[in-house]
Amino acid sequence: MFEDFILILDSTVRLSTPLLLACLAGLYSERSGVVDIGLEGKMLGAAFGAGAVAYITANAWLGLMAGIAVSVSLGLLHGFASISNRGNQIVSGVAINFLAAGLTALLGQTWFRQGGRTPALPEGGRFTDIAWPFAEQIRDVPVIGPIYTELLSSHNILVYAAFLAVPLTWWVLFRTRFGLRLRAVGENPAAVDTAGISVTWLRYRAVIACGILCGFAGAYLSIAQGAGFGVNMTAGKGFIALAALIFAKWRPASAMLTCLLFGFLDAVAIRMQGQEVPGIGEIPVQFFQALPYILTVILLAGFIGKAIPPKAAGIPYLKERS
Amino acid sequence: MSLPKARARSEETGQPQGATDNDKEQPSGLGEGMSDTPAIELRKINKSFGPVHANRDIDLVVKKGSIHGIIGENGAGKSTLMSILYGFYHADNGDIVVDGKKVVIPDSKAAIAMGIGMVHQHFMLVDNFSVLENVVLGAEDSQLLAGGLNRARAELKRLEDEYELRVDPDALIEDLPVGLQQRVEILKALYRSAEILILDEPTGVLTPAEADHLFKILEVLRNEGKTVLLITHKLREIMAITDTVSVMRRGEMVATVETKDTSMEKLAELMVGRSVLLRVDKKPAEPEAPVMEVSNLTVTDSRGVQVVKDVSFSVRAGEIVGIAGVSGNGQSELLETLSGIRRATSGTLKIHGETIDLGTSTLNAADMREKSMAHVPEDRHRMGLINSFTEYENSILGYHRDPAYSKGLLMDLAAIKKNAVAEIERYDIRPPNPMLKTANFSGGNQQKIVLAREIERDPEVLLVGQPTRGVDIGAIEFIHRRLVEMRDAGKGILLVSVELDEIRALSDRVLVMFDGRIVGERGANAEEGDLGLLMAGVDNNNSVEGGVQ
Repeated sequence: MFEDFILILDSTVRLSTPLLLACLAGLYSERSGVVDIGLEGKMLGAAFGAGAVAYITANAWLGLMAGIAVSVSLGLLHGFASISNRGNQIVSGVAINFLAAGLTALLGQTWFRQGGRTPALPEGGRFTDIAWPFAEQIRDVPVIGPIYTELLSSHNILVYAAFLAVPLTWWVLFRTRFGLRLRAVGENPAAVDTAGISVTWLRYRAVIACGILCGFAGAYLSIAQGAGFGVNMTAGKGFIALAALIFAKWRPASAMLTCLLFGFLDAVAIRMQGQEVPGIGEIPVQFFQALPYILTVILLAGFIGKAIPPKAAGIPYLKERS
Repeated sequence: MSLPKARARSEETGQPQGATDNDKEQPSGLGEGMSDTPAIELRKINKSFGPVHANRDIDLVVKKGSIHGIIGENGAGKSTLMSILYGFYHADNGDIVVDGKKVVIPDSKAAIAMGIGMVHQHFMLVDNFSVLENVVLGAEDSQLLAGGLNRARAELKRLEDEYELRVDPDALIEDLPVGLQQRVEILKALYRSAEILILDEPTGVLTPAEADHLFKILEVLRNEGKTVLLITHKLREIMAITDTVSVMRRGEMVATVETKDTSMEKLAELMVGRSVLLRVDKKPAEPEAPVMEVSNLTVTDSRGVQVVKDVSFSVRAGEIVGIAGVSGNGQSELLETLSGIRRATSGTLKIHGETIDLGTSTLNAADMREKSMAHVPEDRHRMGLINSFTEYENSILGYHRDPAYSKGLLMDLAAIKKNAVAEIERYDIRPPNPMLKTANFSGGNQQKIVLAREIERDPEVLLVGQPTRGVDIGAIEFIHRRLVEMRDAGKGILLVSVELDEIRALSDRVLVMFDGRIVGERGANAEEGDLGLLMAGVDNNNSVEGGVQ
């Protein structure tokens, strides 16, 4: 039983990692006032870029770089449309989602001829799990053994990066000049402008930070968790990350807890597949898949407390003509 | 510091002197000549927005260590000029000379570096940041925040001692009253070692007491050698606090004079370009039967606090009853209750031949309009207009159910527009274009749109809140005249205003509200001092029990 529980937690960690990376990505963008519904598209683009390059070079690190490059490019496109040209941020984000979905499938088919998938990764093209020292030796120690060996040890490096990004993001937001300005520009860009800081450049930096983290998230899917890119492999994770961001009220630590919760639901869903629950029968997988959204809607309806977004989120900045 | 003395000396010598300084192209450094160098000199500044020439050949000399007022009607180009000085806009041509040096101000950062600070009309603060965070934003010292925040904390303490600018550095902006928020804006500028402080319509959002406090602060700043540029359209403020005043009219600088050598009337004339009646020309009222009687009205707000306490009064046909008081003493709630927006706890209202129990009535604003009571709300942006709607759409808001404006289920656009055009003409609303969004009208014209809509429905009773807030002099005069005409036509008007001048100029009877009660009633020619004391809750005349203490 305890072993089962540890296994569920272990897969919770694995499943929440891409959510967490994307959620933190969205946090940078939205805290700066740029709503990013294109997390999904950026992740997908990054997953494809990482999968393709990792296959060709047989180097996971180059794959990760490529994923980041694709994701940042898409982010800059979003920035160009919504920051420089003050376009509607939702429309631009949706466009990026469509662009990524179509382009990855098309390029994948053209280049690799496997129905849009990238071929299975060669040796070295994938981030492998890292075993912590003595993991094997203490495996059989009760309680501590499974926790250490299964839960803490033997994840790939991107998992650790994702969870380290949480305190790092908190520190950047609340302890650095960049963070102060980032939070300010999402609340009142005019205050930032009159303080002599460029609103445009600040928001671009936020969008780039968002792109980098989305790059990690996408690469995780195709070259760490999976062994190659599959058509539409993000399967709505970008949207769940967005929901998690709202659920977490745009705060890093809450974002982590929310992503773990959503990841946990996912893990339970997989675990419950085909299993009878006494008295209820088989619970459809779709129920668990829908839970994150249901929870978010309940939150937004005000049952858990108000989620107040950054005040300037979604509004292009325009100097007033007084 | 002997700066005030030095100020009294040289006038109008700025121009040639500034030119020679410029040729030297060197800061004059220390020495005796310092106080003669103007803090700011603008030469032939021009700025156009498309076809609108917002600033035309502006020359301005601001002496160091003085409070320099810039007055003009809304849209005269004051804010544009100051935005150019603060690097927010760029002049099309012309020179800016700061401290004797010709400069280019590409952005706000450059302005700040030159010692220019600005307190904007709409505060540039981040609401969910602390005072401290707002102060350091953009002046953080280093990549990490801790150092900058600590320095700011110490510096705020020093500024607090030096200028009596007290504010809790850890308070969140959204928890502070506007007066304190403005203080944070001033602190922001001082923290960036501003020597020249620009204030754009600083008293628009302040209560009279807060405004007085602000003026004290400005005097302290001047006495410490800072230069203050005060932009306003309120003559009283100019007379009260400035040393020199420049008048702008339609994008041009029409005069710069010493404040002590001028008067409100002269300045008003310069602003408008013709002589203005500061007092309203009206004959004594001939009131008839009451058209509105309010008895024992009590209102409790959402926090459970009684904000209107047992208020009774009547308004007769053919009179203007003014309600004076410092804002926040229950006047707003009184207006909102009578107009059907807010529920009362108890009380009755007699209107249009009916007696309504306000404690139980569920009449809403539309029902009250049916009873021939019109309402010009205090805040036209929040309640009077939908600024993204066109003028003609706004001209029937609240009256859109009137059969005159509909054809079955559809709106009768032709009739609505025809009516809008007629109102535009009668109220001289400019620009005369009913298709324009109301956001594009100036404050005065927006207010005229609201007034036209309410008055032209010919109500028996008109409730008016702050009819001339943020409205320029020409429009004030027009609005006042229109209200008096309405009174002379035999209507009852209840006027709520925090501008004592307005109350005194218009009212036939004045009721003073303090702490939710009506604490006194005065006739048409009430003394200002007398009303002022009443507004502060002190009653001189009826001091029956007060005298015993």
